[in-house]
Amino acid sequence: MADTISILEEEEKKSLESREFGFWVYLMSDAVIFALLFATYVVLSNNSAAGPTAAQLFDLRHTAGETALLLISSLTFGYATISMSQGHSGRTVQWLLVTLVLGLGFLVMEMMEFRGMIEKGAGPETSGFLSAFFTLIGTHGLHVTMGAVGICVMIGQVLTKGLTLPVRSRLMRLGLFWHFLDIVWIGIFSVVYLPGVM
Amino acid sequence: MLGRLSMDALPFYSWVAMGGAGVTVAGGILVFCVITYLRAWKVLWFDWLTSVDHKRIGIMYVVLALVMLVRGFVDALMMRAQQAVSLNNDGYLPPEHFEQIFSSHGTIMIFFVAMPFLTGLINIVVPQQIGARDVAFPFLNSVSLWSTASGAALVLISLVIGKFSKAGWTGYPPYSGIEFSPGVGVDYWIWALAISGIGSTLTGINFIVTIIKNRCPGMTFMRMPLFTWTTLCVAILMTFAFPALTVVAAQLALDRILGFHFFTNGDGGNMMMYANLLWIWGHPEVYILILPAFGIFSEVVATFSRKRLFGYTSLVYATACIAILSFTVWLHHFFTMGSSSNVNAVFGIATMIIAVPTGVKVFDWVFTMYRGRIEFHPSMVFTIGFMVTFVIGGVTGVLLALPPADYLMHNSTFLVAHFHNMLIPGALFGYFAGMNYWFPKAFGFKLDAKWGIRSFWFWLIGFYLAFMPLYVLGFMGMSRRMEHYADPTWQPYLIIAGLGALFVLCGIACIAIQLYVSVKTWGSARDVTGDAWNGRTLEWATASPPAPYNFAVLPHVREIDAFFDMKIRGVAYLPAAEYEDIVMPKNTVLGPVMGAALFVFGFAMIWQIWWLAALCLVINLVAVGVRACDDNSDLVIPAAEVERLEAVRLSQISPSDLYDMSDFAPRGAASGEILAGRT
Repeated sequence: MADTISILEEEEKKSLESREFGFWVYLMSDAVIFALLFATYVVLSNNSAAGPTAAQLFDLRHTAGETALLLISSLTFGYATISMSQGHSGRTVQWLLVTLVLGLGFLVMEMMEFRGMIEKGAGPETSGFLSAFFTLIGTHGLHVTMGAVGICVMIGQVLTKGLTLPVRSRLMRLGLFWHFLDIVWIGIFSVVYLPGVM
Repeated sequence: MLGRLSMDALPFYSWVAMGGAGVTVAGGILVFCVITYLRAWKVLWFDWLTSVDHKRIGIMYVVLALVMLVRGFVDALMMRAQQAVSLNNDGYLPPEHFEQIFSSHGTIMIFFVAMPFLTGLINIVVPQQIGARDVAFPFLNSVSLWSTASGAALVLISLVIGKFSKAGWTGYPPYSGIEFSPGVGVDYWIWALAISGIGSTLTGINFIVTIIKNRCPGMTFMRMPLFTWTTLCVAILMTFAFPALTVVAAQLALDRILGFHFFTNGDGGNMMMYANLLWIWGHPEVYILILPAFGIFSEVVATFSRKRLFGYTSLVYATACIAILSFTVWLHHFFTMGSSSNVNAVFGIATMIIAVPTGVKVFDWVFTMYRGRIEFHPSMVFTIGFMVTFVIGGVTGVLLALPPADYLMHNSTFLVAHFHNMLIPGALFGYFAGMNYWFPKAFGFKLDAKWGIRSFWFWLIGFYLAFMPLYVLGFMGMSRRMEHYADPTWQPYLIIAGLGALFVLCGIACIAIQLYVSVKTWGSARDVTGDAWNGRTLEWATASPPAPYNFAVLPHVREIDAFFDMKIRGVAYLPAAEYEDIVMPKNTVLGPVMGAALFVFGFAMIWQIWWLAALCLVINLVAVGVRACDDNSDLVIPAAEVERLEAVRLSQISPSDLYDMSDFAPRGAASGEILAGRT
């Protein structure tokens, strides 16, 4: 029945529209989590107790590397979105792969930073400052990890299902998530690392 | 392998604890046996537990709330009994047991009675009030339900395996830190809250989107029923306040498990931050509990006064003001904890300002009743009882909002009396009113009014007897949470308070009898029209109980009281010229599966069984992944089936079942046919 199919299609479109709006609301809710973690960090950032301080620990060059990887990955995700809207599924997958590699690179650099700090005796259990630092950066890293898993799932979906309407919508939402993490990172750079070394 | 879990976790150390565990286990076994005896497992699983239908999810929420209400009330009864007898002696409860009881009482009543009760009523009613066929995200709705249920299950199981928190329902560090609370109690509290809190955040998102995106044609914002308005405000509060609870619970867990220093005494922790973060969630939470009840009172008072709601617009703005202001007053929960006098003054003034929109609401309800044809239905009686009692609580609240006065009364039983004075009439009476009001909508027959009225009187008298003495005791210097005391002048008041608890017990028994009697005689109280009380808003336009799709044809709204308007115009019960296929979501096992995995995850985190926790996380991730790849989650109800269902429904309604609307027709308006029916 053509009628049924057209109703199904219309419902699908309506439901995807709701999902996109709902995802924005979710991101705002997630932003509250980050806002509170930022607030926690600001409150505790000088409480280094007997442990090392921010100035002794942060290496701006390392952070610059992380920042570059993450910002460029946002750009490449943008290219993936453009390819998607032009209907090139192959190119979409390629850009998603590039984004994934950059994201993983960011995660590896972050792990290196964490490991280096823990080896220097600056683990999260050392002081309030480091607890807040590890929690804020770690929560962001966890989000990036989830985003990376999401990219893998979406690569699979584009390859098996092609660029159908639901797949496009999901990729759009994943893109929102990825760019959102970028914005949070800019916050982290300006609130955590920059004041830490200045 | 099993982390901290060993045989020592079983409650063989005390008779009272063993009794609690025994009742919990016996209750579980009894439910299991009854379901097996009724051969209801299949129906339960396929029609209910895996359902994504918002009405059924709503009913399950309310059932959860009622079960937990009994559990939370037993705690209350035990505390009242202890304080009534423990003058210069230890009573029957050892201190560490008493501490668990007041902690679990608060936790249960807020998270697992009030939250599921209001979420359940919202689920049943709001989609129908806005003329929608479902919520925006039916699957997410199921996940919310099951995460709330798994949080409740964690609290219940803490009675049997291990102990519950002794740190009060707010769990302030450093006492709730690992140094002073090394057991699993605080962990039970943390994970029950965190898991159910995520469910509430998702509910919030779901209803924001539902109300903004799924309204039927003509349902503009300023035509939405007031309960929908309060739900929208509450959904926004849930979405933006609950993340604070998630953060604070996670930080406390990190402190306890991994030795972080967020809230510790030494090493750069800051425990005041805990108080701030907790109440940044906690104060909006108060309004999350109360605003839906305000919505219910608004619906009930208009219906049973047979009048349009007085000051609809002012009620909407008052609701929105309260919602916004609720984020600006959190510090009044700890005036005495070291803020400067200027900071205290700002928060004290903000607190007093909230009384203004709340006062506006009370006047609106009173003016709705003024010259109305009031019918004393149980839900209306609860509403009137609320108005009188809540004003007393409001006045004591304004008193507490003055920082200098708060210095005298903080942590006394005056405070305990105050917030019970807000939450029992303000929230619980509202939910009871809602239960009496919407029960026929959910089940197709009315609740027995006689037992409803009786439950009201027991609750009201019980409330005054239990809490007015606590106001007095607060002035006499009694702190809250005392296991025993040495001042003989307190005891008479505490005995009266204990008597009040017994009255409330009778109130709860009346509700149980009311449910029993109503189910037994359901044939005589059937409601075939779907409009049990001559209602005004759209939820009464559907069948009772509603068809899975609620509305065969989406209604067109022209008025604030949309259904009332349809009845006046005589278009309320007309079959549609043509029906369409309707797309509805399929049931899914993923909701209960994720809930179960979350429960086991919480349990594993509490007992530090790391492999199990990791496994459950993976299960949940896989479930989300499976759902994210599913393009085929809907089914189609064909037009012919819709037509058949609607024809059956309309054929059951005879003109004598309908209300005579000629009384209510606008003077001189001959625009439509006015239904002539029963007088």
